Amino acid sequence: MSISNQSIMSEPSESGRFGEFGGRFVPETLVPACQELEAAFREAWGDPIFRAELDQLLKEYAGRPSMITECYQLGAKLGIRLVLKREDLNHTGSHKINNVLGQVLLAKRMGKKHIVAETGAGQHGVASATAAALMGMSCKVYMGAVDVERQALNVFRMKLLGAEVEAVHSGSRTLKDAVNEAMRDWVASVESTHYCLGSVMGPHPYPWMVREFHRVIGSEAREQCLERYGSDPDFVVACVGGGSNALGIFSGFVDTKARLIGVEPAGGAAVGRGQPGVVHGMRSYLMQDEYGQVQEAHSISAGLDYPGVGPEHSYLASIGRAEYPTVTDTEVIEAFQLMAKTEGIIPALECAHALAWISREAPKMQGKTVLMNLSGRGDKDVGQMMEILG
Amino acid sequence: MISTSLTPLEVTLRAKRDAGRKLLVPYVTGGLKGWTDAIRAAAANGADVIEIGLPFSDPVMDGPIIQQASQRALDDGATPVSILEGVRTLDVDVPLVVMCYYNTVHHAGHERFASQLFQAGIVGAIIPDLPLEESGPWCAAADAVGLATIMLAAPTAPDERLPRVCARARGFVYSVGLLGVTGERTELAATASQLAKRLKKITDVPVIIGVGVSNSAQAVEACKVADGIVQGASVVRRLMEGGPDAVGTYVAEVRAAIDATTV
Ligand SMILES: Cc1ncc(COP(=O)(O)O)c(C=O)c1O
Repeated sequence: MSISNQSIMSEPSESGRFGEFGGRFVPETLVPACQELEAAFREAWGDPIFRAELDQLLKEYAGRPSMITECYQLGAKLGIRLVLKREDLNHTGSHKINNVLGQVLLAKRMGKKHIVAETGAGQHGVASATAAALMGMSCKVYMGAVDVERQALNVFRMKLLGAEVEAVHSGSRTLKDAVNEAMRDWVASVESTHYCLGSVMGPHPYPWMVREFHRVIGSEAREQCLERYGSDPDFVVACVGGGSNALGIFSGFVDTKARLIGVEPAGGAAVGRGQPGVVHGMRSYLMQDEYGQVQEAHSISAGLDYPGVGPEHSYLASIGRAEYPTVTDTEVIEAFQLMAKTEGIIPALECAHALAWISREAPKMQGKTVLMNLSGRGDKDVGQMMEILG
Repeated sequence: MISTSLTPLEVTLRAKRDAGRKLLVPYVTGGLKGWTDAIRAAAANGADVIEIGLPFSDPVMDGPIIQQASQRALDDGATPVSILEGVRTLDVDVPLVVMCYYNTVHHAGHERFASQLFQAGIVGAIIPDLPLEESGPWCAAADAVGLATIMLAAPTAPDERLPRVCARARGFVYSVGLLGVTGERTELAATASQLAKRLKKITDVPVIIGVGVSNSAQAVEACKVADGIVQGASVVRRLMEGGPDAVGTYVAEVRAAIDATTV
């Protein structure tokens, strides 16, 4: 398996394809900007000076490397060795900062003045606002009106950080519509503005670039597991919205024997329930009706409430290298509380999906080592959970 | 450069242009209340081509007016199939093209979609989220049935790109009037005439400015350089506010304005 996997999770093809997924399906207006971004990223990624600058930011500003933590109580309860990759401990509270520091540093290098971003849970918006503040750029964040309501705390954080937050009232008023609005903004502002996309989705080079910016998660975790346990984990589990935290951690283990599990919400199962389609600049699995109208996702978690998925996940699914099961909102609410009570860690609702799958499937994984990406902390979700749990 | 084989749409449009007429292309959202009558009214009042929008759930190139129209049409149950059925009943004399987002095409399948359009009497297609590099499979299917793929050219395109866009354009080149999405603006953007000028220098395919041409005065200004204009949000807003008759009146007004300056 390791030989055939060597080319997996390297560069996409010239047209930005992972197998038959990906591409660059954007209005003509945006094609030159995508080409320019691709060239700039390729150049910067190969430049030791850029890499050193980014590494320094990741270390001194974001707080990397993030630790791994073994969950002794929960592990014993489930009959597995459960290890968390602690992306919740990064500055701003999630993995999103890895990508954002990379993109905003790149945007600055490209001479852009403004950042525009979409956000679901608000974590990417907060990270974007943070990086923009740090690097002296203006930032505008589009957020679905439904999410503005359920993630009010993050809206206020973004404003504190000096960003402008615009509620999006079209369509399902969630992440999908925030992406639409951010793309519309970019079509009009492309000459001075960088679109800081928040996941491994969108037109080429975004899925590739964002994955590379998150590769640090997997590289660190691989080394940390080897050092701590002397072996690779049997399972690597992450939640999947667009799929950036999942690809980040998968990238460190794709050439091992570990089973890679991307957990989708039952109400937003692009891989599980979708068919190939094209929206937001990419060809990927997509929840759509018989005429190709994109369907609305429904998830308790704003960050996973998305009918599509990054194209590289579609590819990994199509070749069978990764699996994409689903969990229900009810299972997620249980997992959220389980982690808080047994480990003293309040997880983000997004990564509570990963734990929900692990605790459901634990009977089939007895004695195995399971590495879970704890992509963010749950402070932002406490208000919403207070209402749900009464 | 002359395309290898001119589509019927392009033959018609070149002849009109060469006879000194500016081309007027109103846009109507398919499935929106009154849309078939709006098309009849536009045809009767001087349209040279009519662009029919197939509503999509995620119209990223459209501003608030056309977004709202698309949503209303979808809420009323419009589908590509129901709209093409409506098109068959139209009996108008003006060439009809569709504007649709690529997932509508992709989902149906390239060959199947091209043949559905052809059988409904549609002669061309504008797919705003299908750029040159991704257009191969669709263009092949469209070419095979003689359907014109109308390529968009954007103000951001470098000089090196425009000839390749024009070489692939059939029917006309859609010269995007501004950096931004569809919608009415108080003035014609400077980019509109600039891009049309660049295109006119390098192609003999009719060059029509669309996006942000918002009234008859702007239409006249755009036609100083271009071979014609698309009128989108201004038409759709009138259909939503005043019904098909308001569309007829508006198209007649724009027709008269652009004709007055060309004689
Ligand atoms: C903590 C956390 N995890 C996961 C996600 C989902 O994004 P992705 O699938 O790109 O990792 C989000 C998105 O908002 C998030 O905030």
